[in-house]
Amino acid sequence: MKPALSVIFLTTLIGVGQGLFLALFTQQSYALFDLLPHQEARFYGWGSLLALLFTMAGLIASFFHLGRPERAWRSATQWRTSWLSREVIVLPAFMGILFLYGVFHLSGFDPVLVKLPGGLNINATIILGGVGTILAFALFVSTGMIYACLRFLQEWNSPLTVINFILLGSASGFMLATLYAAMFAPSQAGFLGGWAIIITVFGLVGRSASLWRNARLKSKSTTQTAIGIKHPLIVQKDQGSMGGSFNTREFFHGKSAAFVSRVKTVFLLFAFAVPLLMLAVDFSHASVSLLCVAFVSQYVGLLAERWYFFAEARHPQNLYYQGVS
Amino acid sequence: MTQLALVIDLNVCVGCHACVTSCKEWNTSGASGPLCDENPYGADPTGTFFNRVQTFEVGQYPNTETVHFPKSCLHCEDPPCVPVCPTGASYKRKEDGIVLVDYDKCIGCKYCAWACPYGAREIDEKQKVMKKCTLCVDRIYDTNLPESDRKPACVMACPTSARLFGDVHDPESIVSKAIRESAGYALMPEWGTQPANHYLPRRKTNIKIHEDELERVDNPLKVDGKLPKPKKSDPTLDDVTSW
Repeated sequence: MKPALSVIFLTTLIGVGQGLFLALFTQQSYALFDLLPHQEARFYGWGSLLALLFTMAGLIASFFHLGRPERAWRSATQWRTSWLSREVIVLPAFMGILFLYGVFHLSGFDPVLVKLPGGLNINATIILGGVGTILAFALFVSTGMIYACLRFLQEWNSPLTVINFILLGSASGFMLATLYAAMFAPSQAGFLGGWAIIITVFGLVGRSASLWRNARLKSKSTTQTAIGIKHPLIVQKDQGSMGGSFNTREFFHGKSAAFVSRVKTVFLLFAFAVPLLMLAVDFSHASVSLLCVAFVSQYVGLLAERWYFFAEARHPQNLYYQGVS
Repeated sequence: MTQLALVIDLNVCVGCHACVTSCKEWNTSGASGPLCDENPYGADPTGTFFNRVQTFEVGQYPNTETVHFPKSCLHCEDPPCVPVCPTGASYKRKEDGIVLVDYDKCIGCKYCAWACPYGAREIDEKQKVMKKCTLCVDRIYDTNLPESDRKPACVMACPTSARLFGDVHDPESIVSKAIRESAGYALMPEWGTQPANHYLPRRKTNIKIHEDELERVDNPLKVDGKLPKPKKSDPTLDDVTSW
């Protein structure tokens, strides 16, 4: 497949937003049970609005993917069958929760809605956070399933696709949360950084598993099944046009195998190795700039990872576009 | 239930591209707008087509065969492109099984093209909507046309009648008979899309002629010409000859 920049930015940016929100609410949940000190409302409020900023940037990027963006509202109608439609519904809903969660914290309007028997006060922001957590995961699943549900794109048609969207998005969000905490609530940077390390390591495991799986995939479709002729030697001589077509532009990345392999090395280094090293160093020598490098490096690495994700998928239609003579 | 479809006979197709040009001519002139071309006379021409004829060489020289392979939307019975469409622009008609795109609803997200293993959908780079073969839905039901012309433009154009058109759910239709009697097959059966369009394979036509078929049955001496003159003593059959 040809990696589309708009989709690369959409999936990575909303991933950061979702992860950042999950990180903030994880901290608030720990604080609810007095496992961690409760932070000022400003910490959660501005953090949630920062996450909203990332998801908005992702949403704007997504519009560049559409040929007819003015009709985008129509894409919410087919939620019964289409994962893309489900994503289109869940993303604004999640953004709405980010906004409310942020505004409730910042305005100080956070009434106690439920008093649990154990004496636990459930505030409005806890309810909002719970709903937001469900929506964040629903968004990860929708985004991942857009790719994982296409059964003949064998590289994507695996639970690993969804798992990796969850892990990689969360990792980058927790990374940003660590940086954010280091700047505005230094006492919490260690807690969030610990989670960032754990999720990044899981992300590395998940992505490696999918790399391992995809390297061993045997394509179900062949030129023989594509044109229905059972002969071991079939060579395409003409594809119906000599000047290329949508089919030759949309489904081929057009880069050399060496380039694709370099992108793989780049994303393994930048998305996993560098941030893990930075976080490890940060534990002994706390420094905001180290965390800054960690987050930027991981984000750049994830851009490369998403590029590779598209490039590694071999669409069976390419069997019909093997050569022109 | 009706499922209209094409059956394409690879044994007969000569790769003349008449179906391609006829399809383009009909569908670029219709009410749903042109099939845009870009840079048509330039160095790098490209454009939107519903139908393309591709050519494959099968085998190792000198034992090769050139197979011309017309490719258009297969109007799958279980079309993977339809459920993924977020707007409902892509749909399969209940009444005749044709898979269509509503150009007024399409947002040009290309997800349906990703979801088609056959590469049958092409985006119109000017109108920015997805386009595909309509089986000439604006032609096959047009009662202003004589009944014999109510067929897709590609079928009408084919000079060798390599393209058949009909209802594959009707066992007595021309297409069902062709599939049944000439070993019609579907493309990429491994994905379970159940394409409605079928292809008929290459066939070898051999005539077996037996020795006795080369001889005249009423020529027991195996020669053509005058019979030998009988001797005078020989009995005659007709009491006239020999004497």
